[in-house]
Amino acid sequence: MMTGDWRYILRAQRGVWAAFLMFVLIFGLYIGNHQAGWTVPVITTAANKGVLLAIVAMAQTLPVLAAGIDLSVGMIFVLANCLASTLVVGSGLQAGLGAVAVLCCGAICGLINGAIIVYGRLQPIITTLGTGTVYYGLALGLRPVPGGDIHAGFAEALTGAHLAGIPTMLLVLLALVLLVWIPFRRSALGRATLAVGSSEGAAYMSGVPIDRAKLLAYTLSGLLASVAGLLLTCVTFSGEASAAIGGVYTLNSIASVVIGGTSLMGGAGSAIGSIFGAFVLRTVGDLLFVFDLEPLWQPLFQGIILLAAVSISSLKLLRLRNRLDVFR
Amino acid sequence: MQAALELFDISKRYGGVRALERANFACTPGRIHALLGENGAGKSTLIKVMSGVVQPDEGRIMLAGKERRFAHPQEAVSAGVACIFQELSLMPDLSVADNICITNPPLRFGLVDRRGQRRIAEAALKRAGAEDIHPLAPVSSLSLSRRQMVEIAKALAREPKILILDEATSALTAADVTRVFSLLKRLRDEGLAIIYISHRMNEIAELADDCSVFRNGQHVGSFVAGSRSAAEIVEMMIGRDIEHVFPPKLEPSQESLVRTPAVSVNDLSWQDRLHHIKLEVRPGEIVGLGGLDGQGQREFLLALFGVLRGVRGEVKLGDRKVVLNSPRQAKQAVNGLALVPEDRKTDGLMLPMSVRDNLSFVALESFARLGVIDRSAEADAIADMLRQLAIKASNIGNAVSTLSGGNQQKVVIAKWLMNSPKIILLNDPTRGIDVGTKQEIYALLRRLADDGAAVLLYSTDYAELIGCCDRVAVFYDGRIVRWLAGEGLTEHALVSSALNINATSEMLQ
Repeated sequence: MMTGDWRYILRAQRGVWAAFLMFVLIFGLYIGNHQAGWTVPVITTAANKGVLLAIVAMAQTLPVLAAGIDLSVGMIFVLANCLASTLVVGSGLQAGLGAVAVLCCGAICGLINGAIIVYGRLQPIITTLGTGTVYYGLALGLRPVPGGDIHAGFAEALTGAHLAGIPTMLLVLLALVLLVWIPFRRSALGRATLAVGSSEGAAYMSGVPIDRAKLLAYTLSGLLASVAGLLLTCVTFSGEASAAIGGVYTLNSIASVVIGGTSLMGGAGSAIGSIFGAFVLRTVGDLLFVFDLEPLWQPLFQGIILLAAVSISSLKLLRLRNRLDVFR
Repeated sequence: MQAALELFDISKRYGGVRALERANFACTPGRIHALLGENGAGKSTLIKVMSGVVQPDEGRIMLAGKERRFAHPQEAVSAGVACIFQELSLMPDLSVADNICITNPPLRFGLVDRRGQRRIAEAALKRAGAEDIHPLAPVSSLSLSRRQMVEIAKALAREPKILILDEATSALTAADVTRVFSLLKRLRDEGLAIIYISHRMNEIAELADDCSVFRNGQHVGSFVAGSRSAAEIVEMMIGRDIEHVFPPKLEPSQESLVRTPAVSVNDLSWQDRLHHIKLEVRPGEIVGLGGLDGQGQREFLLALFGVLRGVRGEVKLGDRKVVLNSPRQAKQAVNGLALVPEDRKTDGLMLPMSVRDNLSFVALESFARLGVIDRSAEADAIADMLRQLAIKASNIGNAVSTLSGGNQQKVVIAKWLMNSPKIILLNDPTRGIDVGTKQEIYALLRRLADDGAAVLLYSTDYAELIGCCDRVAVFYDGRIVRWLAGEGLTEHALVSSALNINATSEMLQ
């Protein structure tokens, strides 16, 4: 180890730490004022609410790191929910195969996004707006009215139970970080994704596989969104093709990414930051509840938190010496 | 000895513009080969061909005696050709080590081996003489000079057999230049073939074993370093194929010489790019900014126009001391400045908007009454401009992007003239436009000056500076190194002062 390593490591992760500290602060305030306090049911409920958004935020992080955006994550989430309420039923084996099918479908949705963006050379924002609407249409066709069911044992295992006081949903989230995010971040192709987001021209000149990097980012994004959709089914025991849910999750996922310290310009950031960003956003809503404030205030507070997080990252504009660089 | 890399009869055209015409080139292992030529002589295109960034229209590339074709930069890299470009190929958000190993990271279990990568990066940095750069530092936190050192380390990590440096030292501090020079000499002794492009003659005198001169996309000649004098080299670099027609320059009258300067700049500095600039332009005068590309001329114009932050020194408009903080302030009637920017497609025009809208943006407020645009006043002013500049547009409601390059540039100039500026700054206004329009612009500039405007013209075309300007300030390294005027304003004087050759001519002998 060279001296001063920790300084650079800390600096690279400061967005994650800032989001983590913000979460600890707000969650502490929440638990401190909660009637029941730190008890297993309270933690489990909070985790079940937070983890869904956290996974969708992870899904959003990958395209954002590649300097893109995915407006279809919420719709893939809803589509996976409707699919799961149809497929993850019956015997244990059937349900297991159904879950795999749901995840494959999510990955394919993401791959389609990536393929259109890479080979069709369309802008990510409009591509995913379009495909998102298509995915929602599929969900609606599948489930015109809310309903369906899910394998009870499967759902119970993921939502109700806990190991030594730790909710299973949190363990699922941890598994996703360890099995998806960390390998992505450490792989050559994952780093290529960051290189593309940081400077596509320089990445091209360095011989980085730009197309494959983007395809991977969008595919993993679709996969993660469908994991969240599967979990949603476990929480609600039904499927619902709701445009409102899809839209809210998409927008909140972008907000979580920003609070988590990932730059919307791409190139720098972490899915772990986005997870804490999602937790912050969720807890702010609950905070109003424990303080007996009208839930009407929730959007206002979420907005203020978001603006505060964004303005920290734009402080560096004050240091620019050439005013034209602001627009570059 | 067998040549490491040979090019035969390479031609390359961009649209109608000829960048290279049957160019030949060869370099040998264990020697440093300098490429010389004016702006736009074809040097950059040549090295882009060598490194696989562009494909030649015609010609052959031989690598160690075998014919090769590079369809992609990656293919050139794996064939052992590493290029250090002027525009950096670094990803600012990634760490130094990530950048150095981005093309071919060491893997363990399919994942990037961070320790192995660290070792490679440290070794490459050490070899480049930049072991003080921390491998984990994000590139965006480094200064330009240090970034360039990372760029060199990145090229070295690919174990190249042929190393190309395109103006690699222009951003370096003196200490880093010394390090790079000793590195290059060491690499030469190790048997690398090195191709070196620099506009600094003293560097070439110190480093080069062989020299090749290019002009207008053609290979003029190659010779062993030291066998020609600086004057002979400059002679090889000069040479024109198109004669421009310039309006006659009149001797400045006595009364104009005593007039207060429209702009006077004293001791202007900005960061480490501009140093103690002193310059005056009188009404009726066209003053040129000369020198090689990228010596601070663009920044100087931006500084005058209020775009740069933290500019030190004094700027006077007439007798009035001013501090301008934005283009909006600079264009106000009391200041009367106008800037025709370098890149008309990004900074000059709103391409999808109509010719009419583009023309009236600058002066829009003068047509407005209580915030509502007086359409007939606007139409009159626009019609007047179209006539004055002979802008050819079938319909002024069409998008400005449908016009030819020359007419687009006229629109950029015209929109500023609508504001009746007293001081007109132009940043390479004739680049990439046809000869006919160029002549119209020259005549227009002279007419504006005769009507009492002060004109500051930066141009990369030396003939233009000679033909158009009353006086020329030659920039080098962010300073004005020489003033040329009247009989002394010749191509020879411009080229040699642009290369700052007076200081180095003895070294070449």
